[in-house]
Amino acid sequence: MTAADAAIPAVFKPIRSIGRSTLGALRMVGSVGVFSVRGVASVFTPPWFPGQLWRQLVAIGFFSLPVVGLTAIFTGAALGLNIYTGGGRFNAEQVMPQIVALGITRELGPVLAALMLAGRVSAAIAAEIGAMRATEQIDAMRTLSTDPFRYLVAPRLLAATLVLPLLTLIADIIGVAGGWLVAVRILDFNSSVYIRNTANFLQFWDVGSGLIKAAVFGFIVALMGCYHGYNAKGGARGVGRATTHAVVSSAILIFASDYFLTTLFTHT
Amino acid sequence: MTDIAKLEWRGVRKRFDGAPVLDGLDLSVASGRSLVIIGGSGQGKSVTIKVAMGLVRPDAGEVLVDGKNLIGMGGRSRRNLFSRVGVLFQGAALFDSLTVWENVAFRLINADGVSRKDAKARAIEALARVRLQASVADSHPSELSGGMQKRVGLARAVVANPEILFFDEPTTGLDPITSAAINELIVDQVRGLGCTAVSITHDLASARTIGDEIAMLHGGNIVWRGAPAELDRTDNPYVRQFVDARADGPMTSVVEE
Repeated sequence: MTAADAAIPAVFKPIRSIGRSTLGALRMVGSVGVFSVRGVASVFTPPWFPGQLWRQLVAIGFFSLPVVGLTAIFTGAALGLNIYTGGGRFNAEQVMPQIVALGITRELGPVLAALMLAGRVSAAIAAEIGAMRATEQIDAMRTLSTDPFRYLVAPRLLAATLVLPLLTLIADIIGVAGGWLVAVRILDFNSSVYIRNTANFLQFWDVGSGLIKAAVFGFIVALMGCYHGYNAKGGARGVGRATTHAVVSSAILIFASDYFLTTLFTHT
Repeated sequence: MTDIAKLEWRGVRKRFDGAPVLDGLDLSVASGRSLVIIGGSGQGKSVTIKVAMGLVRPDAGEVLVDGKNLIGMGGRSRRNLFSRVGVLFQGAALFDSLTVWENVAFRLINADGVSRKDAKARAIEALARVRLQASVADSHPSELSGGMQKRVGLARAVVANPEILFFDEPTTGLDPITSAAINELIVDQVRGLGCTAVSITHDLASARTIGDEIAMLHGGNIVWRGAPAELDRTDNPYVRQFVDARADGPMTSVVEE
């Protein structure tokens, strides 16, 4: 307790605590804002490190394919069963293909792919950069005349922003296929009718809006991983804390931005 | 020796959480000299060299390299200045994801635009200078012992023929034989390159071997400076307590902390 704390009457201490938390939160928002602006500036200004970008495209994109694919197929299948059950309550089972397609492309494809990436990639980025911070590797990089923002942060931001829409497109296809599998194998839908109904119903914007969301989510996932890793303090414990914060803050920001983007797309 | 110091801290102040760590530090190193800074834990040794390496921004004062203040210097001028500096970090700070030769050649490839083929040749040549065989070049740092990692760190520091070398606790965590080998390599490289060196260490044997001069830091400023041979002759109370490894003396506050 500081001398200033001791001088404050007990009744004001909760107010002081709220004020301190609010200031801390505002400071963090500002700090993330400055970090993201610096990160984006590093993406667009030389020197670039194409080798690092390629490495991140493979690590973030290619190696996330299995987890995203598995998530998508089970989600599509479960969604199909739920919509069939719900639709049956007012004799609307036949709209299942359309609702599955809409739900996957507009919402579940981008959100679930992003959440998988938050768990797999954001945590890995935070742990790697955090460990580099703890072992002075980031300091070493600066003394070797190489900007860590350009070498570490920019390739991860760009790779995740480019790759998540592609992963989402694959998740859309696999998710719809999951619904189709359940419909045809379990619920006795006609395969060709299911595919035709899905194809005729879907509009470009259904898929396109999901891909735009995915690009934003990809940026968020990489940004949170980089930010928390870069600012990790306190050795191994700090790296663990950075990893947790990266995953939690990515997930929350994905859901929050999903709502705001959906609102924006609905009104345009 | 020239009139302008190669490296100079002028009135440098730095506080962390309100507590002063450097308190108007004045220190200079002449070109081609090797200065070792000794002192108790928490007395600002690391901060002193981190300020000079551009990793910590001081609250006040200047750090001059060849008479040019590097505080606030940015962009190309900063990169140019640091292209003449090499650093050996306490834990070597090698990049885990890169091979040994890629670590050594990191600056050459990523900052100096040297081709990977030429950079690898220069990296292997630098490894030979620190008595490491070319066979380790394709290993990863995690496959090497602590002493070998320090040698790789030293090779990375000297590969671009720097004018200034910083050594942060170069022998910490090493056995006496490996420490002696690292000290010998440091002396070889500093003399071979003719560069200016600043080291920080707790290890008096290391300080006596690698330093032309030794400075003692206490309370954020230099309290004694002299040749290694004077360490045993001086009656400076701080130096006496440190060299004799006594708990009582002017630095008891350090012990109590």
